[in-house]
Amino acid sequence: MLQVQGKVNQVAKQKPRLFELSAIGVIALILIAVMPLLLSDFRLDLLHRYLALAIVALGIDLIWGYTGLLSLGHGIFFALGGYAIAMHIKLQIPETASSQLPDFMGLYGVTELPWFWGPFSSFPFTAIAILLIPGILAAFLGYLVFRNRIRGVYFSILTQAATIVFFNFFNGQQKLFNGTNGLTDFQTLLGFPISHPNTQYGFYVLTVILLAGSYLLCRWLTSGRFGRLLIAIRDDESRVRFSGYNPTGYKVLVFAISAALAGLGGALFTLRAGIISPRAMDIAFSIEMVIWVAVGGRATLIGAILGALLVNYGKSFLSEQFPEIWLFFQGALFLIVVLVLPNGIVGWLRTEAGNFFRRITGHPRYMITYPQLAEDPEIQRERETLEP
Amino acid sequence: MTHRLGRRKFLLYGTAALGSSILLKACTEGNVAETDAATPGAGGGVDTIKVGILHSLSGTMAISEQSVVDAEQLAIEEINNAGGVLGKKIQAVVEDGASDWPTFAEKARKLIDRDKVATVFGCWTSASRKAVLPVFESSGHMLWYPVQYEGQECSKNVFYTGAAPNQQIEPAVDWLLENKGQQFFLVGSDYVFPRTANTIIKAQLEAKGGQTVGEDYIPLGGTEVTAIITKIQAALPDGGVIFNTLNGDSNVAFFKQMQGAGLTPDKYPTMSVSIAEEEVRAIGTEYLKGHYAAWNYFQSVNTPENQKFVQAFKSKYGQNRVTNDPMEAAYIMVYLWKQAVEKAGTADDIEAVRKAAVGQTLQAPGGLVTLQNNHHLSKTVRIGEIGDDGMFKIVSETPAPVDPIPWNQYVADTKGYSCNWEDPTKGGKYMM
Amino acid sequence: MELFLQSLFNGLSIGSVLLIAALGLAIVFGIMGVINLAHGELMMLGAYTTFVVQNVFRGFGEPWFGFYIIAALPLAFLVAALAGVLLERGVIRYLYGRPLETLLATWGVSLILQQLVRSISWLMCLQIGVFCLLFFGGLWGVKRRPDFERIRNGAIAILLPLSAGITLALGAILGKSAGLALTQPWFGAQGVDVTAPGWLRGGIPIGTFQLPYVRLFIIALTVVCVVGIYLFLLRSPWGLRIRAVTQNRSMSACLGIPTQKVDALTFAIGSGLAGIAGCAISLLGSVGPNTGQNYIVDAFMVVVVGGVGKIIGTVVAALAIGLVNYIIGSGIFISMVSPDSALFNFLTFFATTSMARVMVFVLIILFLQLRPAGLFPQKGRTVDA
Repeated sequence: MLQVQGKVNQVAKQKPRLFELSAIGVIALILIAVMPLLLSDFRLDLLHRYLALAIVALGIDLIWGYTGLLSLGHGIFFALGGYAIAMHIKLQIPETASSQLPDFMGLYGVTELPWFWGPFSSFPFTAIAILLIPGILAAFLGYLVFRNRIRGVYFSILTQAATIVFFNFFNGQQKLFNGTNGLTDFQTLLGFPISHPNTQYGFYVLTVILLAGSYLLCRWLTSGRFGRLLIAIRDDESRVRFSGYNPTGYKVLVFAISAALAGLGGALFTLRAGIISPRAMDIAFSIEMVIWVAVGGRATLIGAILGALLVNYGKSFLSEQFPEIWLFFQGALFLIVVLVLPNGIVGWLRTEAGNFFRRITGHPRYMITYPQLAEDPEIQRERETLEP
Repeated sequence: MTHRLGRRKFLLYGTAALGSSILLKACTEGNVAETDAATPGAGGGVDTIKVGILHSLSGTMAISEQSVVDAEQLAIEEINNAGGVLGKKIQAVVEDGASDWPTFAEKARKLIDRDKVATVFGCWTSASRKAVLPVFESSGHMLWYPVQYEGQECSKNVFYTGAAPNQQIEPAVDWLLENKGQQFFLVGSDYVFPRTANTIIKAQLEAKGGQTVGEDYIPLGGTEVTAIITKIQAALPDGGVIFNTLNGDSNVAFFKQMQGAGLTPDKYPTMSVSIAEEEVRAIGTEYLKGHYAAWNYFQSVNTPENQKFVQAFKSKYGQNRVTNDPMEAAYIMVYLWKQAVEKAGTADDIEAVRKAAVGQTLQAPGGLVTLQNNHHLSKTVRIGEIGDDGMFKIVSETPAPVDPIPWNQYVADTKGYSCNWEDPTKGGKYMM
Repeated sequence: MELFLQSLFNGLSIGSVLLIAALGLAIVFGIMGVINLAHGELMMLGAYTTFVVQNVFRGFGEPWFGFYIIAALPLAFLVAALAGVLLERGVIRYLYGRPLETLLATWGVSLILQQLVRSISWLMCLQIGVFCLLFFGGLWGVKRRPDFERIRNGAIAILLPLSAGITLALGAILGKSAGLALTQPWFGAQGVDVTAPGWLRGGIPIGTFQLPYVRLFIIALTVVCVVGIYLFLLRSPWGLRIRAVTQNRSMSACLGIPTQKVDALTFAIGSGLAGIAGCAISLLGSVGPNTGQNYIVDAFMVVVVGGVGKIIGTVVAALAIGLVNYIIGSGIFISMVSPDSALFNFLTFFATTSMARVMVFVLIILFLQLRPAGLFPQKGRTVDA
């Protein structure tokens, strides 16, 4: 009997999964094949950037939405991913060039390639480094912080301080990273000219595929036992601890995964934007990432993606039309999301939209009561008199 | 019951309709630009030429860049009132770079691809210029850049109307060596311009017999300078020259605290290269009196062109506004572009305008300028002492405009290189 | 000896600036558990108040001008406290117990305040007035209807875009027709100058160096503020109530303490101290829209290192951070290390003001490994601190 039920459950579970998979496939196909036809080059450029940022948003959602850790330092991981790919590109120096160093180094009197630049000339190493460097750094920082049971706002403040450390460091190290100007003027990647439209289209396709992959990874992580544990840590860490789990390891792991996703997003963004500079480690940018997730809806993966796209399109639109009010608007967005829409757009759609539409069309709202009560004639009468 | 419902519905629909109509109206203003952009042919509609203005209107750099935008718009307005360019009015499309370098690149692409502007005036920081450079180079477009910078760049797609190091920093060091002393302490913000400038200064001092006794950097926006003041006192107990490449807010803290610590201009004369009339007002004249700054232009320059420029600026933006070097450079670059367009006879053929631009001369507010074949301007170099009224008293002025040298001749790596875009065999960086 | 005294004084003066910036934060964060990222902007408001007071006094001429700072201090306190109360009543009180949300909301407020001082003009004041009149007036009108509770959300949804639309349209019309006097920003994006009065310029010469009067003034001001807060919290009836609410909110409410008033008061005092801090830093640094951003993270680090809820922790932490910052940044002890050792190279690398900041933050993070709850942690039996 139990076995049968289990099977039924499995079948029932598999159906929505199949549906979800095909939906992702269709959306990805639309993005890859249809959007370039619909949008102008400029708009496609924006879409490409925002899809890369959506990968970062997924990471933030994983750590904030599901685990309840508000990181204000994801700009570091974003920038590290960006720097990794940029360093690889800067090392693609044609044999004929007068100096076998990245162009900026000569200006500051560097004659020998700094040791840590060396490995980045290999593409496989770079591809792994984009994920691993932010991941390992996050695991290290996370271990130091979580081991001491520092959490909540303290964690947020510490990540913010870490952002300042990295910002100042990258900003000041002109000989190593070209300081404020960052790495720019990209020529070729694996032999392809970077600014060529076809190469950029290739990057775009890659971004869409990786976004879909990241989504599936996060979906897999959050749907099973691991995901339930994360939510449990978010809702009551002490209880998780008392139940015999050690949350530290899980938190470190999820922080590292989230950082790796930020690094991936950073690398893809850098390929399109053509520059990575310490500005990406600005505190404001890291906080902005959080607002994408908050607008879309915490603890809903689709919300994170949606939020990243919406907020960034809003930013680009508003700052085109009214450059001066963007800050007002951004500030108001923070307030509105926190005060009025704490669950974001997707959360609102899930919980309250039904009632809202019923109300504005003049229908009485759904009332959830016990079945016996709903059938009670007394209650029925009360409902009719109370609700016009 | 039904009556009340009806009235409420009426109210609801009525107000909604009113509100949306007002919002719609507000939006249509923005839409005009979009429809213009759709008209075929570069450079805008039939009787207008579109140009882009790309500066930070928000974020940390807005402080400096807003006034440059004002100067550019003043020049455009003046040209339009005088009949425009080739009989067409100039229409400016203003974009906000938001002090964020990827945004600069994004907006540059928008101006070129979507608005199809004839040229772009913009950028302030080197980082923003470096960020938009690939966009301009890949599309063969044209950027006018109005700020003094650290040099070591010479792009075909950029016209640099601010000073190269040999038109500001190097003459300032020479003047200090001659008049103020041999021992230098270098103070700067922690970013590219100060670090590069200090590299140049150190090499120059070594070549000319001066001495660098110390250098220190403050993080951008930092306001705690106690440690620097201690270092200056330790390195220069009997006074000496301070060369200041601090940027923005840090300047205020530096001068206020320098005075508190008793470092007065008679013992510790300070030469600044980022303090102009606007910054003097924000820091307070009391703290700056007697210190020096090196620029190509001061509001106090006594030429008829300058009087006209200052007057026009004040009557447009308010009597309490001041003009400064980057604003003058921004103002004249619009005129230089206009002259180039008129010589080429077209605004749409960017290659022709670029060719025509080289060699243009203009009697600018700061004196005669000539656009050289390395896409930089030859300009007069001046050194000013800050006076009681917040204006600069000019204490030194080159007799003739100084030719620009983009590749620095003191830095070993670029020594001997030059730039010439008129000669196709030479290009952006060739050995002289 | 002189070197030692000089370092002590300089470290102390850096620390006192940190302390005065962090004091208000320590109260708001430590007592109420509220993360106020707009604290820096409240400091900025204090600094701008000082600027306005200075200009008013400039009109009086000498010798009155010299005393503007005395008038500016209480005014800065009041302006910032008022802004703080508005912030608490308008936003934060809905978010108690949700610190992460408070953090985001106050960040939003800080963005709005930054842009506000940049672009505020008479026209904008007018627009804000018209908007408030339309929106709150309309709401007041709707409120009198018997079915207000039911249609409230709908009414807000209609009134908000409507009044916003009318205000924007008004602004667009007036902006084109009115002159500069109406549309010119009061302060603008550029920073404004605050000049210390004559008696605060210069300093007391001691040997080769000089104790700046401004630094002494700020140290004295900080001492007064700390002592004042101590007396207020420990000796006054409202201080008693604040401490009671901090320890056990629900029990205090049962005993008849008006917890809402206590919240508002605590927040007002914390914000007011930010205003005083703004006034103090305007004598040392720049006054501009970004002023607050330059201090906020440092202030938070001071509070975290000090341990939440104890003012004494904040005091010790601020002074310690100031001293360490100065010692690393000025590199005064480098000469005591042999010049060829690795330690020498390491120290010289961090002996710029910029790198010292990096080093101090690293040290703070290391310190928190030893004492995760700060120098003076609150003792208690709860699992969730």
